[in-house]
Amino acid sequence: MNSAALIIAEVVPLVTPETTFDVPANVVFAVQAVVMIFAALRVVTTKNVVHAALWLVVVLGGVGLNYILLQAEFVAVTQFLVYLGAVIVLFLFGVMLTRAPLGVSDDLDNNQKKIGIGVGVALLAVLSYALIESFGRSELTFAAYEGVAGPNTNGRTQAVSDAIFGQYLIPFEMLSLLLLAALIGAIVLARRD
Amino acid sequence: MLLNQFLLLSAILFTIGVYGVIVRKNGVLVLMSIELVLNAVNINLIVFSTYWGVAGQVFALFTIAIAAAEVGVGLAIVLLIYRNLRSVDIDELDEMKG
Repeated sequence: MNSAALIIAEVVPLVTPETTFDVPANVVFAVQAVVMIFAALRVVTTKNVVHAALWLVVVLGGVGLNYILLQAEFVAVTQFLVYLGAVIVLFLFGVMLTRAPLGVSDDLDNNQKKIGIGVGVALLAVLSYALIESFGRSELTFAAYEGVAGPNTNGRTQAVSDAIFGQYLIPFEMLSLLLLAALIGAIVLARRD
Repeated sequence: MLLNQFLLLSAILFTIGVYGVIVRKNGVLVLMSIELVLNAVNINLIVFSTYWGVAGQVFALFTIAIAAAEVGVGLAIVLLIYRNLRSVDIDELDEMKG
């Protein structure tokens, strides 16, 4: 009896450690990670161009979900608007205008599959080794968000906009110039003379 | 949540994107693979923004805007290739080969 209580007293702190391990977020992460990796593999292996664009929707949506898990709501909404709204439509326009084969086509890959797999495996091995060596099992702390206001006040979006229009104002203006140059460049390139 | 689970996911996406760039020969599909790479980088930026402040989110927004511009110009180039060669097979663009 006494020894059993002692064992429980010793075991209980072990099974309820004070970490930030939250099960729902991890379940969501695991499910969407599996879906995203499968969809990304389909993007680079499918034999149908339109299907590749539609699988890309799944990957980009999953990336947005990652941003929400990481509490970057504004970037997540921008991701959904810009990527799912604009970029995918651009890709579908590109597929349409280049008269890509709409059905299954065997002519989408070149003969470098072995080189591709070799480079991919080597790159993944090096990257995983470096990441596991440097970050190990360190937990996400969300330390950067501690100073900003609470969850019901849009505090984080305020902090992002403060950074954009304060510290990063000049890069932001340069970005608008770049967008203008891209707009003019795309028109000049695609115009029929 | 671990830091590494996001970083490893983004490493896997990056690798798949690089594989796509190497293996695909349709120009539009190569651009799609480049989007995979850019999104992997964005996940990294957001993960590290939880450590070191909102600068990572600002740079992720910049990357999204630049990626949108890149897709616009890239598709214009692919369209031009199609108009000149009647195909978007980028293996046929070997005029600079010695």
